[in-house]
Amino acid sequence: MTNTASPLAGAVPARPARRDIGIKRRYAAERRFRIYGIAAISFGLLFLFLLLWSVGSKGYTAFQQTMITIPVEFSEQIIDKDNERDTDPTKLMTANYPVVARNALAAALGADPGDRQQMREIGRMLSEGVRSQLRNMVVADPSIIGTTQTVSLLAAGEIDSALKGQMNLDVPEANRRISDQQVGWMEQLTEAGALAKEFNTGIFFNGASSRPEAAGVGVALIGSLYMMGIVLVLSLPIGVAASIYLEEFAPKNRWTDLIEVNINNLAAVPSIVYGLLGLSVFIGFAGLPRSAALVGGLVLTLMTLPTIIIATRAALKAVPPSIRAAALGLGASKMQTIFHHVLPLAMPGILTGTIIGLAHALGETAPLLLIGMVAFVANYPTTPMDPATALPVQIYMWANEAERAFVERTSGAIIILLLFLIVMNVGAILLRRRFERRW
Amino acid sequence: MNILKLSAAALVASVAFAGAATARDQIQVAGSSTVLPYAKIVSETFGETFPDFKAPVVESGGTGGGLKAFCSGVGEATIDIANASRAIKADELAACKAAGVTDVQEVQIGYDGIVFAMDASNPDVAMTPKDLYLALANEVVVDGKLVANPYKKWSEVNSALPDVAIAAYIPGSKHGTREVFEEKIMTEGCKEAGAADAIKGLVTDAKQAAAKCVAVRKDGASVDIDGDYTETLARIDANKTGLGVFGLAFYENNNDRLKVATINGVVPSTESIASGEYPVSRPLFFYVKKAHLGVIPGLKEFVDFFVSDDMIGPDSPLADYGLVAAPDAERDEIRAKFEAGTIM
Repeated sequence: MTNTASPLAGAVPARPARRDIGIKRRYAAERRFRIYGIAAISFGLLFLFLLLWSVGSKGYTAFQQTMITIPVEFSEQIIDKDNERDTDPTKLMTANYPVVARNALAAALGADPGDRQQMREIGRMLSEGVRSQLRNMVVADPSIIGTTQTVSLLAAGEIDSALKGQMNLDVPEANRRISDQQVGWMEQLTEAGALAKEFNTGIFFNGASSRPEAAGVGVALIGSLYMMGIVLVLSLPIGVAASIYLEEFAPKNRWTDLIEVNINNLAAVPSIVYGLLGLSVFIGFAGLPRSAALVGGLVLTLMTLPTIIIATRAALKAVPPSIRAAALGLGASKMQTIFHHVLPLAMPGILTGTIIGLAHALGETAPLLLIGMVAFVANYPTTPMDPATALPVQIYMWANEAERAFVERTSGAIIILLLFLIVMNVGAILLRRRFERRW
Repeated sequence: MNILKLSAAALVASVAFAGAATARDQIQVAGSSTVLPYAKIVSETFGETFPDFKAPVVESGGTGGGLKAFCSGVGEATIDIANASRAIKADELAACKAAGVTDVQEVQIGYDGIVFAMDASNPDVAMTPKDLYLALANEVVVDGKLVANPYKKWSEVNSALPDVAIAAYIPGSKHGTREVFEEKIMTEGCKEAGAADAIKGLVTDAKQAAAKCVAVRKDGASVDIDGDYTETLARIDANKTGLGVFGLAFYENNNDRLKVATINGVVPSTESIASGEYPVSRPLFFYVKKAHLGVIPGLKEFVDFFVSDDMIGPDSPLADYGLVAAPDAERDEIRAKFEAGTIM
């Protein structure tokens, strides 16, 4: 038997050598890819951290405001010398309240009321906002005239910056906004416990102001809320209706292809173009008021629509055909199939697209520039037809202010915008969880 | 079905909104970013002092942009006031008239100074328009010939200046400030350096000769800033020996971080600008439509309030912020001119 064996049999090994399938190389490639992935994520995280750090470290002080708490005498002599307040109601509105506040501060500091130069410097330590602060107190309750009340008065922006250490006090007196005398008074007041930092509610509720200490994002918040509401109410139904028709009913021909290409194109059009469109159509042709949140909402709706349509179509496509087939097989009409089965299953995807579109719209300033919403608006808007601004606009406007105290407020406003976005995104996740179904 | 009904309702609602454009009860202002802070202060104080009227809405957007919006027509859909950091140009006024805005009233509010400043860590600097021209011009005259600007350091221009590389951050051409810079610094410096005459000898066309004087070098030593003064400040923070161009008000709000250069030995201040000693200043204006005066509630009161001594006088909030108040007689004239209703 051995003789009949092939002469080569002895040379062949009992087991063939393992074929080189590059297992080591392939494992190494996977390890390398993992390292790239981790590096990419760390890179992103690093910049996220830098952004949050730079905004947070600069902005957290904006949520504190320096107040001067002193007894204020609502002197009848200054507010209403001739006792005309019952006959002439404007008397209380136009009285010289800054002098009331200044005299109170001078009394607290023990300064001589006759020294005009000193009195002016004392007056500059208080915000111009004390006028409306004291006026509101008096108008709400005229019986306080002639009495002395302890009031927390807004300190001027410079005093606020100096107390927070944002102003360089080592340079010569001529080269800074507050004098040595005022620094001395600040120390005196701090020792007496009258000068202190309090939580700054004004930054949330006040309208825009030329005085940093009285400025807030109130009008911008309301404007942004109005616009988000309008965008949601208009773009969600229009977008969903358009995509359902295109995806489920429309015949596939050259026209629908053309429409699809155009929608994809519109999603990439620079947002300033929508501003130009809004200016000529909504303001020029329809005669809507300038700077109104309604116009802003309409412009942002146009901008958001393509995003929502694309996301909705993708979500509808992702619903398995078996669902449709089953519904149709059980005798449901096409309409019933779509609204009872396909749409609910596509809802999480639609909501995600909507929230991405809304978040995008919330951060836009460029289209608002042309329709007059990049503006100084001090009064609260009561309807969407009134002038308003938006949160990113307020950030932009504050970033261009000369006063030191606006630097921290700019970062403060960014923090508020980020919180707004977080609330929106958390809402989206909760909604999605609620709608999510598995099959 | 619900979604279809909702979208139909939303469409109806938006059409209804569009029909219900109500009468405007808020003044609308737009224009120069230099005048913006002053207009904001007046707007806010106006809203507080006159409880019957709302505070006017003040938009930014530059002198040119503001005047364009202003000149788009008459009526509630257009703005009432345009702020300007320079006088309206003839072609802008012509465009206004062509669009039906035939009754433009010009109101001057005061003066603004333009200052040159470096980071506070620098030693004192004294400059003249001639130094600035030689350092920043695109072409200078050397040995009777126009050559590309050869100077790299300030000390090469004038041995009294610091021995640091020339780096200037000047306002871009969309700013009204640029025009003042060209007129008061480059053209003046060109004359002082004797280059104006030399250029006239080389370039026959008078217009081209004047343009040669104000052309700024493009080799990187001078950077146009199209943003606001905050951007210039950030550039100077990054380059401590850079020279920035600021408005007086902006400088005064940041004078602990900046060292201002004297021009012809004069320190810029409201006093030296008011007296005319400091050479680089310009008047600030706003333009108002006379046709809107009786129509938009509060517009007449707002303009009256703006030009009162409480706002633009020497001891007013605007002067505190950095506006250079016009002399007493000139302020009376401004008010008289507005009362008289003189149109352009």
